[in-house]
Amino acid sequence: MSSEQFEPTVVGFLCNWCAYAGADLAGVSRLQYPPNLRAVRTLCSATVGPHQILKAFQKGADGVFVGG
Amino acid sequence: MKDQKSSDVRIGVFICDCGSNIAGYLKMPTLVDYAKTLDNVVFVQENLYTCSEGGINEIKEAIPRENLNRVVVASCTPRTHEPLFQSACEEAGLNPYLFEMANIRDQCSWVHMREGEKGTERAKGQIAMAVAKAARLRPLNRIELSLTHKAVVIGGGVAGMAAAMALGNMGYEVDLIEKQDRLGGLLNDLNLILPTHEPPSVLLDDLIGRLENNPKVAIRTNSTVKKVEGYIGNYVVTAATDGNENKIKTGVIVVAVGARVLKPAGLMGYNGDRVVTHLELEAMLKQGAATPKSVVMVQCVGSRCEERTYCSRICCMTAVKNAILLKENDPTTSVTILYRDMQMYGVENEDMFRRSKELGVRYVTFDPEKPPIVEDGKVDVYHLRMGKQISMPADLVVLSTPLIAQEDVGEISTMLKVPLNENGFFLEGHVKLKPLDFATDGIYLCGNARFPSTIREAITQGLGAASRAAGVLSKDALHTSGIVADISPETCCGCLGCVQVCPYGAINFFEDRGVCQVNKVLCKGCGGCAATCPSGSARLDGFSSDQIYAQIEKALAG
Repeated sequence: MSSEQFEPTVVGFLCNWCAYAGADLAGVSRLQYPPNLRAVRTLCSATVGPHQILKAFQKGADGVFVGG
Repeated sequence: MKDQKSSDVRIGVFICDCGSNIAGYLKMPTLVDYAKTLDNVVFVQENLYTCSEGGINEIKEAIPRENLNRVVVASCTPRTHEPLFQSACEEAGLNPYLFEMANIRDQCSWVHMREGEKGTERAKGQIAMAVAKAARLRPLNRIELSLTHKAVVIGGGVAGMAAAMALGNMGYEVDLIEKQDRLGGLLNDLNLILPTHEPPSVLLDDLIGRLENNPKVAIRTNSTVKKVEGYIGNYVVTAATDGNENKIKTGVIVVAVGARVLKPAGLMGYNGDRVVTHLELEAMLKQGAATPKSVVMVQCVGSRCEERTYCSRICCMTAVKNAILLKENDPTTSVTILYRDMQMYGVENEDMFRRSKELGVRYVTFDPEKPPIVEDGKVDVYHLRMGKQISMPADLVVLSTPLIAQEDVGEISTMLKVPLNENGFFLEGHVKLKPLDFATDGIYLCGNARFPSTIREAITQGLGAASRAAGVLSKDALHTSGIVADISPETCCGCLGCVQVCPYGAINFFEDRGVCQVNKVLCKGCGGCAATCPSGSARLDGFSSDQIYAQIEKALAG
């Protein structure tokens, strides 16, 4: 399935009011970035605790992004 | 047949083409086929535009027909379209919180336009995540709040008066609370206002007269705020008038407490006699004191320095105004303004600046490293252009000192639970998006309490704050979001961790029961309590741990 080139998967926790809005704005502005992100919307980055971050790594995430 | 884990969950997935915005980049048949394989999905529909009337009707028809109890829309962003799809669910009898969106346009097709294959993979992931979360959604209820259709304005300066007037004219009862024995604030102490050359009493008498004749406005002079309780729509403000306390019920509060002029004790030889502030000069001019032969004005005294880094914005205009008035009184008076930079924005101010030069007002820049030295009868300053120290006679020295925060802002900010900036000015919710609102709902801000402003700006802000407040008061009732935290009293150990992290003061500790409880009206759904709670008793419905874990798992399943 996977190609030889390393394709990381990054789980992004995006605050609805800033980072998620920023990610929307990137779309509206047609900025292009690699499709390796999986975005999880939160109402605030305060929702994201160590448990969520560790869970993502446990399940095989190559990176975790918390935007808030 | 696919494996249905919880047969009572029936999810319908609606995948939007958004014309060619999504379908032009992602492989729609792949997404539709993939969605059909996901757990608990019983119905998948592709729409040309899910948000069109046709698309909305397809959702509304599918809910009863397919017996759906969860709906997922894969389309644009919940930031713009969630309310529309939620109301479609609601109209079809489904709790609006049993709805979830997958963002496959703004955060997928539009940002991976040249990578259709991989973009489609990401969209599959986002849809799987949304479906996994949807399966774990619970119905939530919005709370309806009562609303007192009244306003309290704290501060009867020109900003507060403008706000009270506007709200009163809209038909809302307003209590205008003023600390001093009369309305008008700083304006009472001014001499003349340029460019009109009118005494401020012209403006004040008109405003006060109209307020006094407005049956909706109750003016409470000699009054201070002692206590504020409640929340948006249901505040109770305790105001003391001449020692008598009154409890005022109100829906909204406008903060217009103004500012005061810094008395520059110990700066530039200030003595209140021959070295004065502009406010004191205005009092002298108002009383018709004899015009001195030579006047030197010094700008930025006590501002733009280490102690107060900000520019007070209005002192340059004030100095130029007073220079013009002195020259108009007696053209033989010599007036020199020592400045660092002139702040004279706007058409009228630029004209005023030009006119002052025509009248012979001299401008000399100084270096803050080599500030002017004020001595009896003269001012010495290093002239930057000439490169040498010069001396000028000065019968009167006038210092431009900044507006500073009122002495009692600390108490007011604590009572209202609204923040101050490092200089004691009230801090708006967002510098650009919410300039007249606080982060706390139902409290608004205008005038010098926010930052030094001209009369015109103070009035504009007062009207703006009134308009923001009326946006709340014009409703019949208020509804909070259903997405609020909840703390299970069975497992809460009363550690107060959540109380400490809650930025909205929405969690109370009940000592008798030893548990914390969320005030669902104040809660904004940030989830800080849930992330902090060591026993997992705090839970943010709609963004709960099990829902987020489910999304994480699906994000990494591919």
